[in-house]
Amino acid sequence: MTSAISVDRLEVIFDRFRALKGVSLDVEPGESFGLVGESGSGKSTLLRAIVGLAPVASGSIAVNGKTLGPRRDKAFYREVQMVFQDPYGSLHPRQTVDRLLQEPLAIHGFADSEKRIERALDEVGLGKGFRFRYAHQLSGGQRQRVAIARALILEPSILLLDEPTSALDASVQAEVLNLLEEVRRRRKLTFLMVSHDLAIITHMCGRLMVMQGGEAVENLAANDLVERRVTKDYTRNLLKASEGFVRTT
Amino acid sequence: MSAGAVQSRRDWLLSERPASRVQARLGRAYVAWRRFTANRLAFVGLLIILALVVVAALADVLAPYSPTIGDLKNARLMAPGAAHWFGTDDLGRDIYSRIVYGSRWTLYVVILVAIIAAPIGLLVGTVAGYAGGWTDAILMRITDIFLAFPKLVLALAFVAALGPGIENAVIAIAITSWPPYARIARAETLTVRNSDYIKAVQLMGASPFRIVLRHIMPLCISSLIIRVTLDMAGIILTAAGLGFLGLGAQPPLPEWGAMIASGRRFILDQWWVAGAPGAAILIVSLGFNLLGDGLRDALDPRSGDQ
Repeated sequence: MTSAISVDRLEVIFDRFRALKGVSLDVEPGESFGLVGESGSGKSTLLRAIVGLAPVASGSIAVNGKTLGPRRDKAFYREVQMVFQDPYGSLHPRQTVDRLLQEPLAIHGFADSEKRIERALDEVGLGKGFRFRYAHQLSGGQRQRVAIARALILEPSILLLDEPTSALDASVQAEVLNLLEEVRRRRKLTFLMVSHDLAIITHMCGRLMVMQGGEAVENLAANDLVERRVTKDYTRNLLKASEGFVRTT
Repeated sequence: MSAGAVQSRRDWLLSERPASRVQARLGRAYVAWRRFTANRLAFVGLLIILALVVVAALADVLAPYSPTIGDLKNARLMAPGAAHWFGTDDLGRDIYSRIVYGSRWTLYVVILVAIIAAPIGLLVGTVAGYAGGWTDAILMRITDIFLAFPKLVLALAFVAALGPGIENAVIAIAITSWPPYARIARAETLTVRNSDYIKAVQLMGASPFRIVLRHIMPLCISSLIIRVTLDMAGIILTAAGLGFLGLGAQPPLPEWGAMIASGRRFILDQWWVAGAPGAAILIVSLGFNLLGDGLRDALDPRSGDQ
């Protein structure tokens, strides 16, 4: 079986700064794969490199068995979509939700946009009342739901999630994560999810990769993390840090 | 209309849950309008400009005399009075009628310059800002070259090459006034081009052309409208300056700048010949400046949640 995403010795260099130092990765179709690491470890860069937003210096990326060239075509964007970290920055400030969702349909020439928009809003749990609102009339969680609807409206098979809930408060976080989980099960999507929150990753993902300084530290199954079967010191420290502040008296 | 009906209409406009595209758009316009009218002076500016438009439209009705044919025998250089409100000029023409007709030429110049210069500036700026690299460098150096010329001198050279006349004056002013718009549009584009919402559109497979036209330009337009409105006064003054130098409107066209130029000879004894068109230019320029200030409050994308 071909991998949904296969990254081989990927190097990304921004103006002499090596953001990714030969990272390899395989994500199976229908799997939910997590990327964990501290800020600056290159996990978001990896996602951006896959969708063509980061300058790839060497290495290769294949999606559903097809190796990608330097330019992505429309067919690629119908397979792979991305949800950004900051829901306050990822929606156009002068467009209604309706316009936002219309745009991908217009670009890809879908005819039944009316029905699709309604269905997409339903799917993410936003009713008709939200359709003609502007981004500033929505809360953070609602915005992220719109962003998810926008990513799903082209019916991709792979969804890249760049810390989709880190800008939201805890209760909304859970709602959005449940929504994502539900959508994944229903549509049999492949997730590649970035987070610095180990709890979220162990909850959402089957396998994960720990990254540090642009390199892969180790590959683990989520259960390994729960049962503390980690081999590298860095991962151990990360686990310790995720337990938070411990009162010593 | 009863107070209740007004109230319900306002609720409909300000609804947090608009039910249609039209309602969402109208609601947004209404918020901008309320912010605009909160500024009294800006409202005065708007009234001045509206009055200019009405005067230009109804010039045939409002002007008691012909703007070009005077009474040389009986009415030369008459002081303002009941028969001639603003007096008459050296050819016996009624200055009030000439100013009323002149409003048409002022509007003509202002509107033509705005619809030529603003789109050029917007296109050059957004393309340069979004494309970056060589395209940006070439387009912006061209802009710099145009910016380096003194405006009036370049316009003069242009009119000298094309020949005097109000159309050529319009072209000359348009050519010298687009570079600042290109700079504004580019600056605005640079602030949004790396934002996630533009990235998101890229990830939908949108072409660069579509992104610039449908996603970046709408964000640049409000600051451009503000700047163009504030520049209107300058455009009127440049047109008047060209008219004053004899390179804009040609006699007997009742253009305000040209009227001042012909009144210059009598400025000490018959001040109204130059004074009346001067006052007209002053008031209209002031109107545009006040309007521009108000629009800045109403449209500024950085203020509030617009």
